[in-house]
Amino acid sequence: MADELLSAPMTIEYPFTRTTGPVIGAFLTGLREGVVLGIKRADGSVVCPPTEYDPETGDALTEMVELTDTGHVMSWTWSGEVREHQPFDRPYALALIQIDGADTAMLHGVDVDGPEAMSTGMRVKARWRSEREGHIRDIACFEPEVTP
Amino acid sequence: MSADVAPEVSVPDVIAGVEPVQSVRTPIRLDYTYVPGRSLTAYLKAMKDKRILGGVCPETGQVAVPPRGVSPLAGKVTEELVEVADHGHIMSFCVTHIPLPGREDLKPPFVAAWVRPEGASIGFIGLITGIEPDECRIGMRVRAVWKPDEELEESAENIPSWEPTGEPDVPENEVRV
Repeated sequence: MADELLSAPMTIEYPFTRTTGPVIGAFLTGLREGVVLGIKRADGSVVCPPTEYDPETGDALTEMVELTDTGHVMSWTWSGEVREHQPFDRPYALALIQIDGADTAMLHGVDVDGPEAMSTGMRVKARWRSEREGHIRDIACFEPEVTP
Repeated sequence: MSADVAPEVSVPDVIAGVEPVQSVRTPIRLDYTYVPGRSLTAYLKAMKDKRILGGVCPETGQVAVPPRGVSPLAGKVTEELVEVADHGHIMSFCVTHIPLPGREDLKPPFVAAWVRPEGASIGFIGLITGIEPDECRIGMRVRAVWKPDEELEESAENIPSWEPTGEPDVPENEVRV
């Protein structure tokens, strides 16, 4: 068939609002207040971002603890292609970041010039947004920690 | 929340006195390009001329509308397209009493129906207007309400709704064939 095929731009969108519960809610409340919270397991280790249940035993976890906004990169990948709805309008590193005092890692972006500036184990610090609403993006990104 | 459902969570002092976050917005959005393929392209182009096309099954002769390039029952490629009528009858319908997000123009209660155009072997979905929802019935004859000619596009939205013709209903034993 020689006729030209039609095509049309389409968008599908779901405006979900998710209720957070007491644990994720407290974590997001902390982010809004500019602090990072984790949750303690029975053996004293800390899960961050916090989960409502022990990742190994499934037991309910209840003791939220305040952590710092610094940590180190456990692993990372370079996101070189800029796409819409990403945290940056430029290439960045997507990293698993273990917050100091925590035993697990959180996924977040690290703002550096290029992959050569990234390394496993490097120290990073959260860059907070000035206007925060209780969302993971209240941390704009992580950036290399400047040691005095 | 009762203690046997979820134990009390203790929080550090830093957030003890502040308003707790209870929900988070997590919208999901996908932008993409839709290419309808040869059969649906022909169908949409015909729509611009106020014509409805169906795809003929080479094995059974059944006419599927809209044509999707393959017959739904025999699974054969449908090369031949035929025009079906812009009138037909209601095979089944549903009265909706809750508003549909994004379609504020639809005031509940409204009726969505499975309409089978004459000349087609199956139906497709359409809105029924020009009638109270409780008067709607299976077998009722309806005709397409086309948009004004100057607003016609290559789109199924050219038929915003169907309305009753007032003719006698299709006999019950012929509603589904």
